[in-house]
Amino acid sequence: MKRGKRSRWIYGVGILLLAVLLPGCQRQHGGLSVVGSTSVEPFAGALAEEYMNQHSREKIFVQGGGSSAGIQAVRTGAAEVGMSSRNLMDSEKDLIAVPIIYDAIAVIVHRDNPLNDLTLNQIRKIFSAEITRWSELGGKNHPLTLVTREEGSGTREAFQKLIMGKKEISLGALVQDSNGAIRQVVADDRNAIGYISLGLVNDRVKALKIGGIEPNIENIQHHRYKIVRPFLFVFKSNPQGLAKDFLDYILSPAGQKLLVQEGLISMNPIPEPKKEARR
Amino acid sequence: MSKEKILEKSFLLIALSSISILALIAFFIFQQGIPLIWKVGLNSFLLGDRWFPSKESFGIFPMIVGSFWVTLGSLIVGVPLGVACAVFLCELIPPTIAMILRPMIQLLGAIPSVIYGFWGLIVLVPLIRNSLGGPGLSILAGSLVLGIMILPTIISISEDSLRALPRTYKEGALSLGATHWQTIWRVLLPAARSGIVASIILGMGRAIGETMAMIMILGNATQLPNSILSSARTLTTNIGIEMGYASGDHRQALFATGVVLFFIIMGLNSLALIISRKGRA
Repeated sequence: MKRGKRSRWIYGVGILLLAVLLPGCQRQHGGLSVVGSTSVEPFAGALAEEYMNQHSREKIFVQGGGSSAGIQAVRTGAAEVGMSSRNLMDSEKDLIAVPIIYDAIAVIVHRDNPLNDLTLNQIRKIFSAEITRWSELGGKNHPLTLVTREEGSGTREAFQKLIMGKKEISLGALVQDSNGAIRQVVADDRNAIGYISLGLVNDRVKALKIGGIEPNIENIQHHRYKIVRPFLFVFKSNPQGLAKDFLDYILSPAGQKLLVQEGLISMNPIPEPKKEARR
Repeated sequence: MSKEKILEKSFLLIALSSISILALIAFFIFQQGIPLIWKVGLNSFLLGDRWFPSKESFGIFPMIVGSFWVTLGSLIVGVPLGVACAVFLCELIPPTIAMILRPMIQLLGAIPSVIYGFWGLIVLVPLIRNSLGGPGLSILAGSLVLGIMILPTIISISEDSLRALPRTYKEGALSLGATHWQTIWRVLLPAARSGIVASIILGMGRAIGETMAMIMILGNATQLPNSILSSARTLTTNIGIEMGYASGDHRQALFATGVVLFFIIMGLNSLALIISRKGRA
């Protein structure tokens, strides 16, 4: 009897701990949980807020954690919707991915950097460390400081695919784990060059033209600026109920308009925004 | 059941739960990490110098080297300062002033590491970039910040071991005609050696384990660092910076990095335990 009680206690504690340690986030009862990419999170948060304003009885919980964490959460059922800023990998193809909006990637330098324009080939050479000094690009004789995102990041994956191709990003590049951190490093270091979401470019850094084409919404929608990637919502099966309703709202003109105001790019025919993305 | 029995059981439960937490964490790390090490091969995992998880290369040698240099650097900064401070607190100033200073040093240990990191990023990094060149995010910056972070550990344990020495050591040395300084240098420090060494090893454990501050100021490049001004990545920051987006083998590789850390920390802690036991005996 005594022993039985003790081992039951131990089991109890063990199960409790397992529950804490198991990956993924706990299901929020009575609402829709949306988990994943930190790149998508702020936008999904804004959408959820707007949606809840219109449907006061519904609850949507948006959480970050990363694309992989979100996909994992959808798979285990911990969340109904995953957010991903990278494409699904082959092992994840059993899930359903819906592009909700598009995001461009801008190559940024310090705002005092005289350089305005690089070709794709130059960027490729810079990030693979074939070009290592600004003088090779017509600047001062200073070493380049490369700043990149970490392995697994959706932004890095898109940059790799859209710009680097088969070339590898130099191992010597500084690695920062968010768009904001890259912007911070580039804003502080005159010799730095990095890449972030166009929507997050502000006046502390300068977004370069690529092959003479400025990264702005018009150029992106006309497919002239091509460093563009989708933001995905990931589902385990065809979305139903609240999940479907939320997705429909996001894909509706109202939802898309909200995202465009945040600096993202809708590929649907929607009213052209008045200003370029600045935030 | 008597009251005493109930208390006994509840304490047993508390003790068991803390041990089972450790056991569960260890189990989970190993269960996730070992298969990848098996798959990649221990040698190419530990000694490979290319970390490209998306291309299936998992070499953590640059991170091991990074951890080594940053930890060594922090010891170079922290040990002389820490031991000197411990001697100062226990031998050179009146106890009343030491009573004021001691809580302040303990407060140093209570500051969250993210604040150290932020301070390093805003103050040290630009200073290094502008005066010494390089990106500023560097081993030097990391070592300086870590050196400060391990001070409380080194100071308080060294001081305790100095204070635990029998009074007769000091009285004997002084009565033989040694100066105060000779007493400290030739008698007290050697006598407290085991405690001081243990404090250094525990500080080292803290330095190796530090993550947040290091993510912010080391720059996290995955190449083998070639000078103290170059960026580096440690084992812990490798996990910290990539866990958000890692999946599949990549995620397992991060757990495998954790396995390596687990062994390093376990080794260091056992070493500290053995040395401090020896000192007491």
